[in-house]
Amino acid sequence: MKHPFFIGLIVLEIAVVLILLLAGQVGIRAQQPQREAKRRIVHQLMLTDFALWTEARYTRNPSQADLFTPFQDFPSAIDHFPAGSIMAPGKINGATRLEPKK
Amino acid sequence: MQRHRKILEYALSSLLRRKYKNIALIAVFSFIVAVLSSVLFLTHALQTEAENILVEAPELIVQKVAGGRHDLIPVAYTKRIKMIPGIGKVTPRYWGYYYDSLTGGNYTILGVDREIEGLTLLEGDMPIETGECAIGKGVAAARRISVGEELVLTDGKGAFSMFTVTGVFSAASELLTNDLVVLFYEDIVRLFDMPADKATDIVVEVFNDTETPVVARTIQRLLPDTRPIMKSEIIRTYSTVFNWRSGLVLTMFFGALVAFCILAWDKATGLSAEERQEIGILKAIGWETANILELKFWEGVIVSLTSYLTGVILAYLHIFYLGGSFLSPALKGWSVIFPSFRLTPYVSVQQIFILLFLTVLPYVASTIIPSWKAAITDPDAAMRG
Amino acid sequence: MEKQTIIKTKNVSKVFNPGMADETKAVADVTLKINRAEVTVLKGPSGSGKTTLLSLLGCMARPTMGSICIKDKDVAKLPERFLARIRRRTFGFIFQQYNLIKDISVIENVMLPLYPLDVGLREIKARAEGILDDLNILNKRNMKIQRLSGGEQQRVAIARALINQPEIILADEPTAHLDTKLSGKLLDILQDMNSQGKTVIIGTHDPLVYESDFVDRVVEMRDGMVQQIVEHNR
Repeated sequence: MKHPFFIGLIVLEIAVVLILLLAGQVGIRAQQPQREAKRRIVHQLMLTDFALWTEARYTRNPSQADLFTPFQDFPSAIDHFPAGSIMAPGKINGATRLEPKK
Repeated sequence: MQRHRKILEYALSSLLRRKYKNIALIAVFSFIVAVLSSVLFLTHALQTEAENILVEAPELIVQKVAGGRHDLIPVAYTKRIKMIPGIGKVTPRYWGYYYDSLTGGNYTILGVDREIEGLTLLEGDMPIETGECAIGKGVAAARRISVGEELVLTDGKGAFSMFTVTGVFSAASELLTNDLVVLFYEDIVRLFDMPADKATDIVVEVFNDTETPVVARTIQRLLPDTRPIMKSEIIRTYSTVFNWRSGLVLTMFFGALVAFCILAWDKATGLSAEERQEIGILKAIGWETANILELKFWEGVIVSLTSYLTGVILAYLHIFYLGGSFLSPALKGWSVIFPSFRLTPYVSVQQIFILLFLTVLPYVASTIIPSWKAAITDPDAAMRG
Repeated sequence: MEKQTIIKTKNVSKVFNPGMADETKAVADVTLKINRAEVTVLKGPSGSGKTTLLSLLGCMARPTMGSICIKDKDVAKLPERFLARIRRRTFGFIFQQYNLIKDISVIENVMLPLYPLDVGLREIKARAEGILDDLNILNKRNMKIQRLSGGEQQRVAIARALINQPEIILADEPTAHLDTKLSGKLLDILQDMNSQGKTVIIGTHDPLVYESDFVDRVVEMRDGMVQQIVEHNR
């Protein structure tokens, strides 16, 4: 081949993809003890969900709340998306919250 | 065979001749693939993680519904549920949310009724008596406390409660425990001012997985004001939430996608006068239409395959090595206490192949068709442009 | 020796943009015989239809009407892939604008016609180098086309026309961009090819060409029609 640039690139990239996938598999396997430990936490604490978006009960416990809360708002209503999508909300009005007594 | 190799070689040299145009095209194309696959990778990894870890979640949860909303459940219900055949332990669960006005974060407070041992992903110990707590990494960071220090919470009557931190969950379990505050259940009852005969919900152990739906139906008949939730439903809801999220990101991204399609279409279909002339010359010196299509096929395959692979590699590194940081606002959203995404690299080979077909095939088709049109005209006419 | 006809046209016409306002009849009703191993010149001012007729003879365009027989095969109605094969096997075309592919080297340009054949790259290369050597341009084989002078580019174009060992050489205004000295050299090359038994057809309005003594016949064209055919006796 006189112009091996692209072929070389493609071969190299395929190799990289394979290596990444392989490394991923190794990683998955290596994390097995950790996964077991996490399962033990789930089992012992009787957890049902991830602690991803903790701001709304329908994201912290998507199945735990009301019958249809996770999708109470129309799914494509972007600003009502669970825990917000792009921007954090503005400052919360303190008056509606109980502040600790001094 | 010889001629395919030579045509491939010529395709390669043609691509190099139009270096800048092709590199720009590959860069944009790779970026698009990278964004698409980032979304797919992240969603799939989270879903798989959820499936893998939540297998240990309770088989069945029973919640009370009042006025269409979740309500505290009478502990006495446990006795009635226990009478259903085929079920094991029935345990009331005490948990709730706590808004921390100090940090703006939302904690999940979970009650335990006994000492839990054997948790390896914990620095320190689980609480063994009232007045003690174990907290997630996110809570520890938000409150800047560690093992041995005090966690101050405000109870339902507005008074401070102090809990000694006996353990902090390690970073590896963040996805599960980040916002957790584990207390003894007496403490949680007092903190939330819950009636003594009520719990948050009830966890039911079912011996045989396949019988869970039957048990769920029995419970619903027995206790019409409750709502049994099966593990499969929880996992399904998770999938839906993640799909929703990726769908949303893809929607936001849709404009860019369309713009790229137009660009690619234009680049690929609109043969420049030079390219048309070249096709004419090749035909004039004896190339057949099939040879020219083969040439264009190779060009399209090389450009799209290179872009596809570059995009996939970038996405993989982005999601699994850089924690999805470039797209994090859109992919992950915000949260005051947010776990750092260290995702296990679960990748769906099927998804990778679907993406391959969705990127390479349309691109190759859109390069071949206009060339085919130029190639079937008389070389004389094609050369004139 | 009995003269053998290699190309025969009958009432050939070519109309561009038929039915439109800018309809042009480039070639009208041309009936012509071209003999094997002869040098034929299509002579006429620009716009007289020489280039179009050369294209038609070289199977690069299809006639609107009439028939063209190449070696007793009517090509006017043949499917495109057969035409491509005929172009590859029978013709070597030297274009007025050379039509070389920029940004690739001299030798690649020369090798290009043989890429779609199952011939090894090494063999093609050897053949291309042989031809470039014959044309005294082998030393430039790795240069890009645009770095060459006009005369050198033309020799590359000739080399490319010769690589498939064609029976018929078509040359359109081959002296248009050359000075007298280079034109003389070119004519030497064409004469040389003819002496190797190749049929040569040249479209030109350069007296240097059509008055050369190796030309067998001159076909005079005007407004797409053949005015007269002059036979030379060599």
